[in-house]
Amino acid sequence: MKFGILVNEGPYTHQASDTAYQFVKAALEKGHKIHRVFFYHDGVNNSTRLTEPPQDDRNIVQRWQKLAADHKLDLVVCVAAALRRGIKDENLAEGFRISGLGQLVESGIQADRLVTFGD
Amino acid sequence: MLHTVNKSPFERNSFDTCLAHVKKGSAILLIEDGVYAAMKGTAPAKKLEQMMKTIPVYVLQPDVEARGMQSRVLDGVKMVDYGGFVDLAAEYPTVQSWL
Amino acid sequence: MTESTGGIDMDEETSGVVKKFLYVNRKAPYGTIYALESLEVVLIAAAFDQDVSLAFIDDGVYQIVKGQATKGIDVKNFSPTYRALEGYDIEKLYVAKESMEARGLTQADLLVEVKVISAAEMSDLMESQDVVMSF
Repeated sequence: MKFGILVNEGPYTHQASDTAYQFVKAALEKGHKIHRVFFYHDGVNNSTRLTEPPQDDRNIVQRWQKLAADHKLDLVVCVAAALRRGIKDENLAEGFRISGLGQLVESGIQADRLVTFGD
Repeated sequence: MLHTVNKSPFERNSFDTCLAHVKKGSAILLIEDGVYAAMKGTAPAKKLEQMMKTIPVYVLQPDVEARGMQSRVLDGVKMVDYGGFVDLAAEYPTVQSWL
Repeated sequence: MTESTGGIDMDEETSGVVKKFLYVNRKAPYGTIYALESLEVVLIAAAFDQDVSLAFIDDGVYQIVKGQATKGIDVKNFSPTYRALEGYDIEKLYVAKESMEARGLTQADLLVEVKVISAAEMSDLMESQDVVMSF
């Protein structure tokens, strides 16, 4: 299966990003493909380079970066939602790219399943 | 269709709205705070008991354990891990997330 | 990269494929951004010639109520955009009967033409979709 993933919430405040991450990890372990992980609404905050969570808990941004690097995942941050929330190239974490909402719709078209993680 | 509910039935009406839209042939998966809907002896659990006559109901085990609810899961509700979540998403043609 | 398709060059894999997309709206406007930002997705989807339906359930029905006047809260009134959907060939707007009635609303209170359907009909609609997005 090819999965499209939509993450609607930012790191830590909601469990959405965590659950999405665990789902993607499990899907990859089962040999499925991930078409794209699209971050929308506050989900764009998963891509900030400036995150500095406490050392004794998971680093959500880094976790996404590592999974993306290990599996060549396409992590896309919605440009409109990002601009609203002050996420730009200059503070974008490596491994994420900023693009348009069309990328989400394209995922809906090209993936076999689209799964939404939100509040 | 796979229906997921991620909010507590005591916080939000998403669980109830989900139940009103589940058709035979679908399945329900409770995740995150949604797992509270499967706790024995509660009104939401009673509704699930009715649903389970025709619809399989699953609950995400890691979320149940995180919340210390392991001993309270309604009989008949099947525990799955993230792999099981993936399997369900693959098995059903679409996934609808009731947020 | 084109503006209208939100960053997508229509390629082999995408053009020609038509899927049924359902956008589920269950939240009221202004208290959160979901109503506005989900509408932005709908508009972009129009450029992809997909078979788009919108469902307004629970507090989502409030998104399309007439008379939204946002000057006092100094937030953009985006409700006119729902009327613009028709111009994008997005005409399948469904409102949950029970949600509307529970909130004391009738079709006359809504600013766009919608089909009011029961939970059973909504269920059937949902099952027939290829992609369901929730916000």
